[in-house]
Amino acid sequence: MTQLSLSRDGARPTAAPAPTALLSVRNLSIDFHLRTHILHAVRDVSFDLLAGRTLCLVGESGSGKSVTARALLRIIDPLAKVAGGSITLAGPKGEVRLDRLGADSREIRAIRGARIGLIFQEPMSSLSPVRTIGAQIVESVRLHRPMSVADAKAETVRLLKQVEIANPEQMADRYTFEFSGGMRQRAMIAMALACNPEILIADEPTTALDVTTQAEIMDLIKRLQVERGMAMLMITHDMGLVAEVADEVAVMRWGRIVEQGAVDDIFHAPKDAYTRTLLGATQRLDRASTRAAPPTDGPPLLSARGLTKAFGKKSWRGKTTFALTAVDHVDMDLWPGENLGIVGESGSGKTTLGRMLLRVIEPTSGRVLWTPNAAQADSTQRDVTAMGRAGLSEYRRAVRLVFQDPFASLNPRMTIKQVIADPLIVSGTLTKGQITDRVAQLLSLVGLDPTAMERYPHAFSGGQRQRIGIARALALDPQVIVLDEATSALDVSIRAQILDLLLQVQAKLGLSYLFIAHDISVVRYFCDRVVVMHKGRIVETGQAEQICTTPREPYTQALVSAVPNPDPRDKRMLHRTRFVAP
Amino acid sequence: MTDAFPPQPAAHMSRPTMASTPSAPETGPAISPLRPGDDPSKIAVAGQWELIWHKFIRNKVAVAAGCVVLLFYFIALFAEFLAPGLPSTAQPRFTYAPPQPIAFFVTDDTGARSWLPHVKGYTMSVDPASLRRSFVVDPDSVVPVGLFVRGASYDLWGLFPTDRHLFGPLDPTQPMNLLGTDRLGRDLLTRLIYGTRISMSIGLIGVVSSLIIGVVLGALSGYYGGWVDLSVQRLIEVISAMPMIPLWLGLAAAIPVTWSPLSVYFIITLIVSLLAWTSLAREVRGRFFSLRDEDFVTAAILDGSSQRRVIFRHILPSLTSHILAVVTLAIPTMIVAETALSFLGIGLKAPVVSWGVLLQDAQNIRTVATAPWLLVWPAGAVVVTVLAFNFLGDGMRDAADPYET
Repeated sequence: MTQLSLSRDGARPTAAPAPTALLSVRNLSIDFHLRTHILHAVRDVSFDLLAGRTLCLVGESGSGKSVTARALLRIIDPLAKVAGGSITLAGPKGEVRLDRLGADSREIRAIRGARIGLIFQEPMSSLSPVRTIGAQIVESVRLHRPMSVADAKAETVRLLKQVEIANPEQMADRYTFEFSGGMRQRAMIAMALACNPEILIADEPTTALDVTTQAEIMDLIKRLQVERGMAMLMITHDMGLVAEVADEVAVMRWGRIVEQGAVDDIFHAPKDAYTRTLLGATQRLDRASTRAAPPTDGPPLLSARGLTKAFGKKSWRGKTTFALTAVDHVDMDLWPGENLGIVGESGSGKTTLGRMLLRVIEPTSGRVLWTPNAAQADSTQRDVTAMGRAGLSEYRRAVRLVFQDPFASLNPRMTIKQVIADPLIVSGTLTKGQITDRVAQLLSLVGLDPTAMERYPHAFSGGQRQRIGIARALALDPQVIVLDEATSALDVSIRAQILDLLLQVQAKLGLSYLFIAHDISVVRYFCDRVVVMHKGRIVETGQAEQICTTPREPYTQALVSAVPNPDPRDKRMLHRTRFVAP
Repeated sequence: MTDAFPPQPAAHMSRPTMASTPSAPETGPAISPLRPGDDPSKIAVAGQWELIWHKFIRNKVAVAAGCVVLLFYFIALFAEFLAPGLPSTAQPRFTYAPPQPIAFFVTDDTGARSWLPHVKGYTMSVDPASLRRSFVVDPDSVVPVGLFVRGASYDLWGLFPTDRHLFGPLDPTQPMNLLGTDRLGRDLLTRLIYGTRISMSIGLIGVVSSLIIGVVLGALSGYYGGWVDLSVQRLIEVISAMPMIPLWLGLAAAIPVTWSPLSVYFIITLIVSLLAWTSLAREVRGRFFSLRDEDFVTAAILDGSSQRRVIFRHILPSLTSHILAVVTLAIPTMIVAETALSFLGIGLKAPVVSWGVLLQDAQNIRTVATAPWLLVWPAGAVVVTVLAFNFLGDGMRDAADPYET
């Protein structure tokens, strides 16, 4: 390791706290040289990583938090340049200035993995698909520690055992795709820990995982950190998770750290307005909804009876060779004016259920029943599953869908006006001028400037695009809007705005929402009743407040208790109920 | 948060003030524009083609290639006017005459230089042993040339009778062969220019016919899937499994000799286009497959759009730029195929002039040795065109999806 002379630019602003700073970042600035402009992605960021402590870098998308973390290991984008500041790694042989090392120099490669471990967000893309998990860990062990292959294999098994993978000897010979998401992340952690790093950087380590898996992974990371006395830098957008694991918090916005301090101070005495906004948005969603639930004694607007979808393969003789029941005999009702939440982890069949209700996916068996005039207590039911083309297009005018991905769901080649007007043009009842007026009216209804209707989707942010998607859904005066994870791709402050917008629209137009989500805290804020799904079946149905506070079923209890609580004085996730599949 | 309204141009901060004055409240990420006067709202209302154009013009090689292609099509369009003579005019006095260099000044007897654009004339010598005539450029003999001269009369596009040429000898009876002549003494430059018209248009017409077959079958195959897809794909496989050259040979041999050169020309384009539609159909099918499951297509179906509206209003506009790129890459294969067929003598035949027909003259080593220009210029034209099309097509393919990051 090369010894580099130290020249501090500027004195340290604060006296170093009692534990020694393993890594200190001072006035780090990173610029992205784009085609038309320079983006100052990180500006004057300073922090210390202390042994045995966790610093959470929290911020919304585009705040520069990931770039900062990657800059520590010099794995930033080629477009990005470190414009100023210093990154100093303290060590037994003196200090090393990481910002002065070449991006592919021998020195930085000796530090990566050996002294600083890194866990990525998406384990599927960070692990090689063509080599076994064991081989990949053996490789990273042998890169930094002189060891025979046999010893490295034994070490790998020991590491896998440490990250709580059952049967580590056998699992080491499996491939990435044979692991579940949680197990992949465990393997990734094992790899990051292979060489006993002093510092662990976790870049959104649980964002791609379900809440129960997230809780287990965070338990594991926390336990290993305490055992080994590592310093940890955790990047996240989730204030709840911050409250659960952090010792120190740095809140980032637009490339700057706006507030930095102990976790309790940040949560209970925030000074910066942005921190308060972020906390407010998180905590508000964690409270019960304030609106009165509509009556559920009349005829339901939309019902599912025994709805089943089996994905399978039939041989050419018509024999079923493989089948997976994604949705299994689901019964549910939605009353007029009601907000019904469908909650489940990935693979629970909630999205398939939503698509079947719209007949985007044809159900294998069961019926969807629609009562067009339920609000007038007229209980003439129509069977959606038996509808022909004309009936279906009438039904789809009344029941609309808002998609999860605000980028994929708008045709990039059409202007906003064309996107929103498309259902109006197809229904063919309005003249051109009337359509323009209606689009303008819809845009102001969802809080967008009507003069922006000639713009293309690429001119809008994610939250704005989701508003456009909502305007499209509202264009035909629907009775029901199915929100398929409509807020899960959005930042927390935007999410709260969109949910409030949906509630405002509901108050004005009196429609019903079917809210499909994996995030139970959002459901509590938004929904009247909740259906909890697990492996294609409905586990529990009840009032939102009851499900979130006093769930009856063990699965629901496990799910609810695994949700991080945005209060560092009440760490719910670490005292959660565990669910063992019967 | 300023989420509710379209983004304002973010705070334009310059580097020096950035660190020192945090006085004004920030409204977005810090940005320093590289060029003054960039207006983000212009991009906001820019449609697909405008974005593609922005991306395309940054690829300098592709832009240069595009200019070359346009130049060739310009030559093809105004071939009669641009060519100094007529392609079939034989000059028995000047067979296998070498290229005449062009010069702009003459020096008279007194040593004074004066402005006179001219080419050098020829002197003929007869080899007493083989009695073969050979021509040498005579530096003393001067043939004055000029712009917009009168020459052989022709009908421009078969419509406008005229005898003006862009350039040529002032006295039409004098020889001007800038690229030399062939065995009948026909001017190679003239024939090359006329050949450009046939060779470039055969690529275009061939591609249009294969485009129609390819897009229709590819779209059906990709949108409906199932047995439609299965049968179209098997058809493509059968066609691509055919050995192309023997197939062409067979088909070309079946053309009756009594047919007019024009109908032979069309039938050859049709045969050549058999090559390209399969790859185009596969490309379109793949795009349809991926677009069919896009959220915005599902949204269009839920909006009540008919299948026709979904295909033509929502899916095809996303494809046109890709199709254009694929077509650009398909044209050179057509041109090469035509050249190959004509060179082998089974494609176009005289009196039609194409680059392949011109290359036929350079088939034996003796010709290549005595008149290398007969090989160099037509082959060079083919190479330059094919390269230009490939560079242009590559650039268009890269620019075709301006929304991907």
